[in-house]
Amino acid sequence: MNKIIANKDEFKKLVRDSKETVIVDFFANWCGPCKMLSPVLEELGDKYKIYKVNVDDNMDLAEEFNVSSIPCVIKFIDGKEDSRFVGMRSKDEVEDFIK
Amino acid sequence: MYDMIIIGAGTAGLTSAIYASRSDKKVLVLEALSIGGQIVNTNKIDNYPGLFHISGYDYSMKLKEQALDLGTEIKFEKAIDLIKNDDNIEVMTEKNKYKCKSCILALGVVSRKLNLPNEKELTGKGISYCATCDGMFYKGKEVAVNGGGNTALDDALFLSGIAKKVYLIHRRDEFRGNIKTVEELKKKDNVEFILNSTVTKLNGKDKLESIEVTDKEENKKILNIDALFIAIGQIPENNNILDIIDKDEKGYIIAKDNDMHTNIPHIYVAGDIREKRLRQLVTAASDGAVAAVTAIRELNK
Repeated sequence: MNKIIANKDEFKKLVRDSKETVIVDFFANWCGPCKMLSPVLEELGDKYKIYKVNVDDNMDLAEEFNVSSIPCVIKFIDGKEDSRFVGMRSKDEVEDFIK
Repeated sequence: MYDMIIIGAGTAGLTSAIYASRSDKKVLVLEALSIGGQIVNTNKIDNYPGLFHISGYDYSMKLKEQALDLGTEIKFEKAIDLIKNDDNIEVMTEKNKYKCKSCILALGVVSRKLNLPNEKELTGKGISYCATCDGMFYKGKEVAVNGGGNTALDDALFLSGIAKKVYLIHRRDEFRGNIKTVEELKKKDNVEFILNSTVTKLNGKDKLESIEVTDKEENKKILNIDALFIAIGQIPENNNILDIIDKDEKGYIIAKDNDMHTNIPHIYVAGDIREKRLRQLVTAASDGAVAAVTAIRELNK
């Protein structure tokens, strides 16, 4: 299961302070397309570092990154946002985005 | 060789799969994106006979379970080529090549875009095609909905309970959607109707800041809003595999008769991509069943 980042402190440790490529999936439990994307990200979770942020529990993070449409998947390189996509994608499309 | 390959795992495609699998046929469903198709964006389905208040996601998952349980194979691959041979059909995806005796085209539809400058750049930053997904981000803010059908009306009603203000922009003076919803919207203090108007400009750099709305007399108005929810209808899914199939001028596949025949023997159509008047879950399910039963009956002809 891709780890759910609980709060700002965990986000700093796992994303901001990381030197690697980290993928963050902003989601909510009431969002249909988020639930459809989730298993796709689970399959890729073995190969890549993918974390989840529940926007209802972390409104501050959602606001900081201007997340206002979900699912919103952001690629962080060396702690900074590199690129993002919004909405459902196929497994191949997500993998192309990560690479 | 499969008895049947179904392209699309929405309601039509999976209903075909259920019927064909129950008839002991070897069935493969190919899906490019996600199970369920359009209905996944819907929070609450209220008009499917017998399934009151279910979410689009939950309904899609039930469909999937049912099809798999009956022996259907589902693969997440996009069909990119379709060849009709004398005694079989070949379907090519980006990864594989499959052969079958019959094929059901259930590719569905996609949201129509405004096709205005900035639309792509601002998608996800104030422009959204799913109010139920994104409405919660606009608590207490001012938003707009563009459209005249049930989706637009339902979106506006949903948003009126979250946003401070909702503008409902429609290019005609009458709505295509449910009259009861229109009546409910008229009673809301925070909903303003902007009729006979279209959205003509999308303004903002890092996020949507305002939109320009133009009416039939060319009068222009700027609305300072945080979000625009676009619900202006849908267009048929486009794919080269449909090159050999007869379609209408809008790209919808034409069924020659009530049995879902296309112009090519052993290739059938079902669901939203079919040229038809009413596009609902229930008509998609009906098409799916009819197409499958027709295909099975004609398998050995």
